[in-house]
Amino acid sequence: MTVVAHNAKVMNRFELTKRLVGHLTREEAVIGGIGNANFDLWASGQRAQNFYMLGSMGLAIPIALGVAIAQPRRHVVALEGDGSLLMQLGCLTTVAERAPKNLTIVVWDNGIYQITGSQPTPGAATADIVAIARGAGIANSAWAHDESDFDRLVASALKDDGPTVIAVRIDNKPAVATTDRDPVRIRERFMRGLGVRGAGS
Amino acid sequence: MTVSQKYISAWHEIVLAALKANEVKLVVYVPDRVFTPLIKAIHADPYFMAFPATREEEALGIISGAWMGGLRGAVLMQTSGFATIPNALASLVVPSQIPALIFVSERGTLGEFNLGQALVCKTMRPVLDSLAVENITITRQDELAFIIDRSIKQAVATQAPVTFILSPLLTGGKVFEA
Repeated sequence: MTVVAHNAKVMNRFELTKRLVGHLTREEAVIGGIGNANFDLWASGQRAQNFYMLGSMGLAIPIALGVAIAQPRRHVVALEGDGSLLMQLGCLTTVAERAPKNLTIVVWDNGIYQITGSQPTPGAATADIVAIARGAGIANSAWAHDESDFDRLVASALKDDGPTVIAVRIDNKPAVATTDRDPVRIRERFMRGLGVRGAGS
Repeated sequence: MTVSQKYISAWHEIVLAALKANEVKLVVYVPDRVFTPLIKAIHADPYFMAFPATREEEALGIISGAWMGGLRGAVLMQTSGFATIPNALASLVVPSQIPALIFVSERGTLGEFNLGQALVCKTMRPVLDSLAVENITITRQDELAFIIDRSIKQAVATQAPVTFILSPLLTGGKVFEA
């Protein structure tokens, strides 16, 4: 079911992050975008298959695409804010053209740069992330219109029917925790979680 | 590679062979006129997965993710494109210790006709030096295979990015046709 942005229920990022993680049963990789997207991922439990971005705003989806290409049998989820996506919109066309079946993109859309003082994003009142994603060529793009719809969309996406974009209207509540800022440890743990590094290396 | 092969090969054939020898299978690029023969050759070789990105920092993000997933990748760009990547270098690749392999087709020197390229070129090495990112300007074809092969190995072994700046002295560069 397609729901236009202004009709989608406004939900909470941390609550939905927990719901998403609850669907992960096959060591799926999750890339948490800069700021609150990765803070709430951190707060949801520090899985070894999570990568937390401490910089490089806009690159959650490209990083997830790279992981999806390297490990085609593992499903990969990118969690990205609307402001970060707007900074790197072109990546949606790259994803559409590569068409990785094992990639899901979740966009948390609150229409603000929450972490910098909640300034509105350009297009907050006028742009439709799902329409943009479809226009880029990702046909499997939809607004989650409530929590159960989000569950349904995630369960479907994780069946490797992607690429999929799930856009979610979220409230302006800050993240419930803050990620430990140790990039090497984050990267090394993620690589072990993906089986790239052995336990002894 | 024998010495005789080294001299009969074109520069782009040497780069391709060095990537292969070091199991660099993923190549993501933003196009460049001078790199066109290399891009064509990589696309023509089924060993590689090659595709364009919309922006150079996007390409760096993709190969960073691929490396963390166990697949080695390189990015190709021209000098002006380099100016889009300092944030991705300083806040992802360098602090995370990712051995990104960055090939830059050098514009802005030795006969440049576009002032914009010339000025961006002047920023490139100072940015790389200030981030302590290994950067090597390659001018001679007889040194090309050695430099790329050894530097890829060093990048992987030391978990650090490397930038190869391919000079017009090597590639011929892009000339003003008027």
